[in-house]
Amino acid sequence: MLVISCIKQVPDTTQVKIDPVTNTLVREGIPFIVNPYDTHALEESLCLKDKYSLRTVALSMGPPNTEVTLRKARALGIDEAILLSDRAFGGADTLATSRVLAAAIERLGTREEVGIVFCGKQTIDGDTAQVGPGIATRLGFTQLTLVDRIEHIDFLKKRIRVRRKLEGRHEIVEAPLPVVITVVRELNRPRYPTVPMRLAAEEADITVWDNTVLKLDVETVGLKGSPTWVSKIFSPERDQGEIIGDGVNDPEGTAGILIEKLLSKDLLAV
Amino acid sequence: MLINHALFIPLLFIAVLTFCYSCYQRLQLVAVGSPENRFDNTGARLAGTLTYAFGQKRVLSRPYGINHFFLFWAFLLLLIANAEFLLEGVIAGANLSVLPVSLRHVLEFTFDIVSLVALASVAVALVRRIFLPPPYLGNDYTSPRSGEALLILGMIATLMVAFFLLNGTRIALGDSEGWKPVSGLVARLVAGLSPTTLESAAGAAWWVHAVVLLLFMNFLPRSKHMHILTAIPNCYFRSLEKPNVQPRETFGKEQRFGVSEIGQFSWKDLLDGFSCTECGRCQDLCPAHNTGKALNPRRIIHDIKINLLANGPAGEAGGKARLTLIGEKKEGTISEESLWDCTTCGACLSVCPVLIEHMPKIVKMRRHLVEEKAKFPEELLNLFENMEQRSNPWGIAPSERGKWSAALGERHFKPGETEYLFFVGCSGAFDSRAKHVTVALATILDAAGVSWGILGKDELCCGDSVRRLGNEYVFDQLAKANVARFKEKGVRKIVTQCPHCFNTLKNDYRQYGLEIEVLHHSQLIQQLVSEGKLRLTKKAEMGKVIFHDSCYLGRHNDTYEAPRQVILAATGTAPAEFGRAKENGFCCGAGGGRMWMEEQTGTRINLERVKEAMQQQPDTLCVSCPYCMTMMEDGLKDEGAERVRVKDIAEVVAEAIS
Repeated sequence: MLVISCIKQVPDTTQVKIDPVTNTLVREGIPFIVNPYDTHALEESLCLKDKYSLRTVALSMGPPNTEVTLRKARALGIDEAILLSDRAFGGADTLATSRVLAAAIERLGTREEVGIVFCGKQTIDGDTAQVGPGIATRLGFTQLTLVDRIEHIDFLKKRIRVRRKLEGRHEIVEAPLPVVITVVRELNRPRYPTVPMRLAAEEADITVWDNTVLKLDVETVGLKGSPTWVSKIFSPERDQGEIIGDGVNDPEGTAGILIEKLLSKDLLAV
Repeated sequence: MLINHALFIPLLFIAVLTFCYSCYQRLQLVAVGSPENRFDNTGARLAGTLTYAFGQKRVLSRPYGINHFFLFWAFLLLLIANAEFLLEGVIAGANLSVLPVSLRHVLEFTFDIVSLVALASVAVALVRRIFLPPPYLGNDYTSPRSGEALLILGMIATLMVAFFLLNGTRIALGDSEGWKPVSGLVARLVAGLSPTTLESAAGAAWWVHAVVLLLFMNFLPRSKHMHILTAIPNCYFRSLEKPNVQPRETFGKEQRFGVSEIGQFSWKDLLDGFSCTECGRCQDLCPAHNTGKALNPRRIIHDIKINLLANGPAGEAGGKARLTLIGEKKEGTISEESLWDCTTCGACLSVCPVLIEHMPKIVKMRRHLVEEKAKFPEELLNLFENMEQRSNPWGIAPSERGKWSAALGERHFKPGETEYLFFVGCSGAFDSRAKHVTVALATILDAAGVSWGILGKDELCCGDSVRRLGNEYVFDQLAKANVARFKEKGVRKIVTQCPHCFNTLKNDYRQYGLEIEVLHHSQLIQQLVSEGKLRLTKKAEMGKVIFHDSCYLGRHNDTYEAPRQVILAATGTAPAEFGRAKENGFCCGAGGGRMWMEEQTGTRINLERVKEAMQQQPDTLCVSCPYCMTMMEDGLKDEGAERVRVKDIAEVVAEAIS
């Protein structure tokens, strides 16, 4: 049974600035990282691999430099990494992205039965949380979002029981395999790659599937297949906010000023 | 007197044979270690051997060291006497009497007096061991072998007594007294005995001396007193590098990283094990051990030796180890916890009389844990990822690095124009408290008219913490990138405000081809003051100042005076000193990557240090390192002693110029 993790290479958003003139993201010189939620998806695949000796695959759609991210997945112990890259896939929104990923998973499914597809709950650049559910919808898999614990997997009956982390409560859900699971950070602690694994990953094969392999209708993928258009990106102006007091030389006095301010705005209950 | 040569010669033959076999066995074990070049620079090595072995420099740094100094030299001189003794046992009449009379007299006198000195030193050692043992001498694993030490001391005493008895009876029987005052005294004491009694006493003394000597020789290689044979070579083969500069690792496939099996240690690491006499001085100074942690540097060396003895030549890399090196704590196995306890302060290295390198072994084992096992305290995961992704420990955006002063703006290093690269360091750039030090130093440099600039977002962490934590892979990336940037910008001089950056850039980066002038700000400020470039216009009002040595500035780089001179110049008064200062300084607890780890066992190292400071009732605790700053401030808060200010030397100096 295959365990697939869908991962995305994202710009390190703490370092992303918005060009005030063009209102676009300034990506120049910004390092790329693995979407932090996706590192938990990878970790959970690896846990299942350790526990049940399942085969793990990492999928990522993106430009050719996404290979770096897939090598990181290999360094962690993922068995196979596949890059879904084609000019036709570029500029995709969440719908078009989920079509490509679903097609790749379907293709993998012809080789070996797919059991679980892990996705991060969302990416830190788009923050939509739609791609995971989109894949589930396209594939007709059960959709389990915001999972913070896998309770039980019954491989004979092909059922899985997970815990979902919702606001102020948990929900235990049982579902038939195959499933798409979107994960939250609380699910696990991602491992750190060993040096021998990193070195092996540097030379590992990264399979590239372009549209000649996936054979999707070009009208349904990439920019052409994306109904969502971003009309404007901007940083909200901050009209409030100031630095108060001198926290270094007078921490107590500064804390006093802060508490008074909070009280005066009725933000602090006494 | 008749010596039974027929009996003695085979006895000597067997004893020498077994001794050689034991030494061969030990040497064979040392050869299990991996190759390391410690054969270069003969001149420096010989000089060091004279200083540390023959001069007993480190031994003498503690009061009782003088006793060992006497024993050591007595032993060396009496080697000649014992050679004569053995020779006479083989060839009748082959003794000092064959030498010219003047030379014979000098030797006789020397041996006689030296034997008395040795006997006295043994007596002092016995009394001290039994009645006044220092607190660091014994512990759970050395105490069971205390008997071994008593046995050795007893043997030496017996040899000396037998020597005097032999010579005394011989004189009483008519040998010339020559220049043997002590033996002459013994002769007068036994003069009343009948010649037959004297004959048998002389015979008995000779045999006792002979048998004990041969036993002693054979006991040495099998006991901790092996150091008698290995300490001198150990001093010769000492590290000529700064011992806290870990060897650079290369990253190739099919390679091992760090040490997890005994044979992966270098032969010198293994020789260290046979050179340790378990004196306990390293344990006495170790901040981790002193605050109840699992780590005991002496124990590390002992466990390595026991592991080597247990695994033997089979412990070579690839062989099946009978006793694991890193695992659940037991004799011969080192616990992971103790490896993570090390602050790499270097106290053990600086105090060991025979120059054993404890801390580098710890880092080697950490490398295995991090690089091959990815197994480390969980707090470090964030550190490592932040370092890899954003090149600083907190994971703050690199674009924020140059923004430590809105007033000063970002003054970038201009190739060909700027004299000093101000390598601000992660603390100086991101830590809100340390930023004040950065600004103070910038103010000082401007006041002195120094041309300086920063790299801003292009500066990466120097990699000190990751290197000491054993993450050589990430260190390698940071070091390469920083050195490339320095070269690209044509940097010739660097000033840092952090001793960790200072040490890494100055010493570690030499492995990456960086050999330029790197100064810690205390050194540059002292230079500027003494050259008259920095005028201190008033006295900084700091009250009573006590200075805490940073391990990486002090012990690791021998810079003790510069910060003290700077404080003196700025305040007009020399700073007060801790009880443990300079070479004996006590770590703040944050070195070796401990800055980023929780301290869960025992008492906290920074509290111990702060309590020591409070004994002197200071108004200002002066530091020269951002880690020390954090640790001392936190410690003072915990002690409820916030009235004591913690100031970096740059802040003190800044007070004297504005």
